[in-house]
Amino acid sequence: MHCNAALIAPTFVTGLILGFIYALIALGYTMVYGVLKLINFAHDAVFATGGILVFYAFGQWFGIVQPLSGVSLVVLMAASLVIGALASAGSAFLLERVAYRPLRRRQGARLSYLITAIGASFFADYLYQQNFLLGPGKREFPNYFNVSKAFTVFGSVVQNVDVLIVVLAIACLIALDQFITRTRSGRAIRALSEDQVAAQLMGINNDRVITTTFVVGGLFAGIAGVLYAIKFGFVVWNMGFVPGIKAFTAAVLGGIGNIRGALLGGILLGLIENMSAVCVGAEWKDTVAFSVLVLVLILRPTGILGEGIKG
Amino acid sequence: MSEPLLVLDDVHVHYGVIEAVRGIDLTVGRGEIVTLIGGNGAGKTTTLRAISRIHGPSAGSIRFEGSELTRLRSDQVVDLGIIQVPEGRHIFPSMTVAENLEMGAFSRRRVARRRLAEDLEEVYGLFPVLAERRKQLGGTLSGGEQQMLAMGRALMAKPRLLMLDEPSMGLAPQIVQRVFEVITRINQAGTPILLIEQNAQMALNAAHRGYVIESGAIVLEDEARALLDDDQVRKAYLGEE
Repeated sequence: MHCNAALIAPTFVTGLILGFIYALIALGYTMVYGVLKLINFAHDAVFATGGILVFYAFGQWFGIVQPLSGVSLVVLMAASLVIGALASAGSAFLLERVAYRPLRRRQGARLSYLITAIGASFFADYLYQQNFLLGPGKREFPNYFNVSKAFTVFGSVVQNVDVLIVVLAIACLIALDQFITRTRSGRAIRALSEDQVAAQLMGINNDRVITTTFVVGGLFAGIAGVLYAIKFGFVVWNMGFVPGIKAFTAAVLGGIGNIRGALLGGILLGLIENMSAVCVGAEWKDTVAFSVLVLVLILRPTGILGEGIKG
Repeated sequence: MSEPLLVLDDVHVHYGVIEAVRGIDLTVGRGEIVTLIGGNGAGKTTTLRAISRIHGPSAGSIRFEGSELTRLRSDQVVDLGIIQVPEGRHIFPSMTVAENLEMGAFSRRRVARRRLAEDLEEVYGLFPVLAERRKQLGGTLSGGEQQMLAMGRALMAKPRLLMLDEPSMGLAPQIVQRVFEVITRINQAGTPILLIEQNAQMALNAAHRGYVIESGAIVLEDEARALLDDDQVRKAYLGEE
């Protein structure tokens, strides 16, 4: 193993940035797991929906083709984040209603949830692949945000979008932390994740809490989806698949159900897979990432920080 | 005469095809401690779960001050003031004692912080050990402390009917004694109680009236004192020959 020294610093930055994106997506996996003990494998489609809807809104309907600056950029940026977050949250809400709630009513077996989740994910992906939607190829994301170099650390370029990703991800995590510890809905989520019967006996409406959990996870996934589309400059029908399964790995690595674990797992996974690209070879990146998943599941199934939603 | 506070009328509960409770009639009046005693698997917990709308009932009527509970969700039952301390306590393990108690007040919307603080102090007054451990995690408490926490958490909801499922289970005799003292005090302060117990002696000593349940059906009901003297009860539940 011989690492290309020149690439270490830039790769470290890339890994860190991707790690924050994984963390944002992982929050959804981890929160839903916390309250339902269910891996929502359709969360990747929830993530993609945010980016794809903003692609439609600004690229297709409003036809924005010029890079913007100043106030109009800030407004458009904020609008795209809000639209993306709401679109993903809406899709998560719909997913819960259509795919999972009927199973809960019938007290479906654990395996039914898993199959339904995978089915829902495929449904959304192949819906986006239809020619009347995105079609099979990559579609260019509206370039209103001119991705460019912001500054250099240790000889590696940091783009303006990278700064945006880190700042927003941290802001989201702080907001979530406050939501869980300070609000009534947040406390209900925490209670339900710790003991379902006790939560019910406290007067918590489990269905409402589950809906809230899906929606909150969806908001963060939507923000991640928009940022991802801006950073890489495209949307594609299956854009959720790889980041989704990486974020799931990150959630397991940090401790599924654990919010801080999602951040830790995201960053660690981003760093591990990207450093492996430099030291082992780029073609090994995904192999390394999923080997991490397998190793965690064998050696420490509860992840680094353990299970349980905490503030 | 108006109807008692809680009325169970021909209540049946099924788990799949198995009928665990088979047509129970039971009432709790204002100010009463009523106990439901019986062996393991007789249907005691199932009855409480039906009242709280955690599971069932599959047939029959449960009324609380004229509201038909069988049409409500579990959270709406709690909103009416029917608060259950479940078997096994179900403490939130990674919340502190104080956080557990605050969760108890979840059903009281928009309660002022100061009121909440006063109610907390009241619970700490009733259970001084909880005050000492207020910052400790619920999962690290002993069985007796957890039982007290579960009862304190229920009191934070300002119950209009308190239902206790096996509060003595797995506790040392002197702790059981303490738990029953508190049950009596809560009742004397005006809260009606439905108490489920395998420890028939303790339960009947504390209660005004009692029901004996066997295989999902009520086989005896009477004043608690009369049940303590009943030959059948003495043989089956008080371990006497």
